[in-house]
Amino acid sequence: MGDKRTISVTVNGARYEREVEVRLTLADFIRHHLGLTGTHLGCEHGVCGACTILLDGRSARSCLMLAVQADGHEILTVEGIAPSADKLHPLQEAFRDNHGLQCGFCTPGMLTTLLEFLRDNPDPTEQEVRIAISGNLCRCTGYQGIVDAALDAAKRLASSSSPGSGDPGWADEAVPT
Amino acid sequence: MKPPPFHYHDPRTLADAVELLSRLDNAKLLAGGQSLMPMLNMRFVLPDHVVDLNRVDGLSYIRESDGALAIGAMTRQRELEFSDLVRARLPLLHEAILQVGHRQTRNRGTIGGSLAHLDPAAELVSIAAAYDAVVTVTGPHGARDIAFAEFPAAYMTPAIEPHEILTAVRIPSWPQGHGHAFIEFSRRHGDFAIVSAAALLQADSAGRVARASLTLGGLGAAPVRMREVEHALIGEPPGDELFRNLCESCRSLEAVDDIHASAGYRQHLAAVLARRALVKAAERLAGGAAPRSVH
Repeated sequence: MGDKRTISVTVNGARYEREVEVRLTLADFIRHHLGLTGTHLGCEHGVCGACTILLDGRSARSCLMLAVQADGHEILTVEGIAPSADKLHPLQEAFRDNHGLQCGFCTPGMLTTLLEFLRDNPDPTEQEVRIAISGNLCRCTGYQGIVDAALDAAKRLASSSSPGSGDPGWADEAVPT
Repeated sequence: MKPPPFHYHDPRTLADAVELLSRLDNAKLLAGGQSLMPMLNMRFVLPDHVVDLNRVDGLSYIRESDGALAIGAMTRQRELEFSDLVRARLPLLHEAILQVGHRQTRNRGTIGGSLAHLDPAAELVSIAAAYDAVVTVTGPHGARDIAFAEFPAAYMTPAIEPHEILTAVRIPSWPQGHGHAFIEFSRRHGDFAIVSAAALLQADSAGRVARASLTLGGLGAAPVRMREVEHALIGEPPGDELFRNLCESCRSLEAVDDIHASAGYRQHLAAVLARRALVKAAERLAGGAAPRSVH
């Protein structure tokens, strides 16, 4: 027992090679082996959505995957969303400006979930936003600020990607499609 | 919460996966992992071997042939959700898939995993029952088909041998112009249904019901096809009063009593949701054969 394997994973654009136990979850790999503790663990059985990451551009619960399953794949965590160390992504700015977070525990999962959602659906209705975040539990905002932030982010992203404005605001290098 | 120790295998071909399964004791197949991974994390299951199907070639596809869609077991629920073919040919499946978990779980979850896991409240299990799907399993001695009516052997136990792998499901489509509806009651969007109802209706040229399928999920160990209601609908013009009267029989179905709902409440939901599903399916019949309403 205690079988191990060497895996190679690209996280937020950086390539990591590590030897891991085969039973290690992807969430624990990201947090404990790579030190990227922005990915939070709430329930560890796929209910709360706090550990949501993007796997090859698609949202997934990292507590419901094994690290060995990510071998050869690309991952984006909350640390990789901002375009640079001193600049927030428009989605993050919208969260800050609309009171989209209080304690911040659910925020990494909300951001990664909404990053994928707004890419698929750039002009959503409030109802569509609520359905999109239905797999993410927040215990303090009452969701209203988060929904406001998501709708505001859609507007910001639409205006920043209008012709001639340059940077569309997506962390394209880090979000393979 | 950590999974217990196990040996991990990630075969690249179906033949290798079948070979591993026939050789290894206490092995568990890992598909999308949206049910098995929580069960491992909580140590409800303690396999000696996990055989991961995610790198097996050729198990993910949606193809049309002979009036049915053949769907590979490892086809992600997301692929079903966004498939134009599914939307056109299996609108009932399309309607139900939107209620299966959340975007994050549909990105990983597979149709084969959901059917093999056979949760009594799972939407895809009800849909397979509603369409009279045929499941293909492959073992050391080749492939065989199982009609979905014969598929549930017991609570969360499909009629698959330990060394067989569910590889595909074939879902027959209904003719253009048929009506469909999937309705469920759950505490929150994306939760498993406490009770679900799936209805398919086809009308003849005079607007009378020519064919009907009515399935209730979440009541017992497996979805229930309401055969007597289906037969009683044949030859009748669709109408609220007819549906209401026929669906009263759903109140006498056996139902489980648990933390989510009492048996009596489930039986009530069964009658109400079955009627609503039939009404909605009738409204969607081509030609606008709107059901006669009761006043």
